[in-house]
Amino acid sequence: MEYKTTLTTCPYCGCGCGFYLESIDGRLVGTIPSKTSPVNKGKLCIKGWNVHEFVQHPNRLTRPLVRKNGELQEVSWDEALDYTADKLRNIKEASGPDSIAFFASAKVSNEENYLLQKFARAGVGTNNIDHCARL
Amino acid sequence: MSENIKTKVAELLSSGQIKGFLGLRSNEGHIGPYLFTNEAELDSLVVGDWKNRGDSRYPLNKCLINIACKYPEDTFGVLVRGCDERGLKALYTWNQLNPNKVVAVGIACPQELADACECLKPYPDECVDDEKAKACEQKAVSSIDALAIADRFALWIREFTKCVKCYGCRDVCPMCFCKECSVGSDDLIHTGQLPPEMPIFHLTRAVHMIGRCIDCGLCNEACPADIPLRTLYKKVADIIDKEFQYRPGYTDAKSPLNVL
Ligand code: SF4
Ligand code: SF4
Ligand code: SF4
Repeated sequence: MEYKTTLTTCPYCGCGCGFYLESIDGRLVGTIPSKTSPVNKGKLCIKGWNVHEFVQHPNRLTRPLVRKNGELQEVSWDEALDYTADKLRNIKEASGPDSIAFFASAKVSNEENYLLQKFARAGVGTNNIDHCARL
Repeated sequence: MSENIKTKVAELLSSGQIKGFLGLRSNEGHIGPYLFTNEAELDSLVVGDWKNRGDSRYPLNKCLINIACKYPEDTFGVLVRGCDERGLKALYTWNQLNPNKVVAVGIACPQELADACECLKPYPDECVDDEKAKACEQKAVSSIDALAIADRFALWIREFTKCVKCYGCRDVCPMCFCKECSVGSDDLIHTGQLPPEMPIFHLTRAVHMIGRCIDCGLCNEACPADIPLRTLYKKVADIIDKEFQYRPGYTDAKSPLNVL
C-alpha cells in the first residue's frame, strides 16, 4: 500500500498554482490545493480541481500518431519527429519560412517557450509566433 | 507544537495498531497532508501552523476516505481538531468510514484559532493536551441577522454574484461524499451556466449540507471569491439546531434528516 501526496504545479495555464496530487498505489485519486503556495493560497479554478481526472483518462493520447493510408497510427517519437521535420523542411523550401507559424503554450515552462521562439526565429527564420491563449 | 502528538503517533505506529498516520508534514517550506508510515519521519509532523495558527489545515478526513475505500481492512490513524472529530462522528453515521478502523489523535485549538473560526467546540473529546480554548460567540451570524431582511438578502446576492463556480467549496469539503452531487445535477442546477443561478446554487448547497456540515471553514478558505460560505452554513446549522435539536458531529446520533 502506498499513499502519496505529491506537491506539484498545475499544468493548465501560466499562473502556476500549487497543489498536492493524491495517489494510491500509483493511481491518482485527488487534487488538493496547497495552502502554502504563494500563488493560489489554497484555492484553484475548476480546471485545476479536476487535474487528476484527465491524466489517466482513457481518451488521453500518450503516444504520437501519424496518419498513414488515411488512418491515424501510433508511431515512435523518432519516427514522428523525423516525419514532422521533413514536412516542415519541405514547406519552408517550397514556400519560404513565413509560410510556417508557431504556437507557444501556457502549459510548458518559460525555458521551453524560449526554446520554441528560438527555433522559430533562428531555426526556421520566421517571426510568426503566437500564444495558445489567442487561438 | 506539543511533542505529545509525536509520542502518541510513534506508539501507535510501533505497536502496529495503525498501518499509517494521516497528518500534516512540513517539507521544503510547504505544509500538506501526508501519510506517516514509520517513526523516523515524525520529525516533520506539524499541526498546520504556517503564518497564523491553523492556517494550513487540510481535509484529512477526505483523504482518509480515499485510503479506506482502497484498504477497508486496515486501520489508520488521523490527526483531528474539534471540527475533524465532529466530521468523523458524522461520517460514521453516514457509513462513509468504519469507526473500528480509525484511530483519531486529537489536538485542541488555541484561542486565536477558535476566535477566527468562531468555533463552538474548539477541541475534540479526547486530546493529547489539556489546555482547551473557550467556545466563541457567533458574531458573523448575528451581525448579518441584525440587518433588515431586504438588506440581508441584498448582502447575500452581492456575495453570490462573485461566484466563479469553481466548485472548490464542494471539492475541498470533508463532508461532501455523494456519488451524485446536488450542485452537479442538471435537475437542480444548470451545470454549464455561468454565472450560477442566484441564489439557487448556493442555497442548494447550504440546504444539502444540513446534517453534514461540521463547521470546519475549509470551504470558506478555498473560495477564490471570498464568499462567507461558513457564515451561511452556520446560520443554516443554527436553524436546524433550533428546529430539530441536532448539530452534526456533536453527538453520535444520526441526522434527523437522514430519514427523509
Ligand atoms: S473549527 Fe474549531 S476545531 Fe476546527 S480548526 Fe476552527 S477552532 Fe479548531
Ligand atoms: S468556492 Fe466560492 S467561487 Fe467556487 S463555487 Fe464555491 S462559492 Fe463559488
Ligand atoms: S464548513 Fe464548509 S468545508 Fe467544512 S463541512 Fe461545512 S460545508 Fe464542508
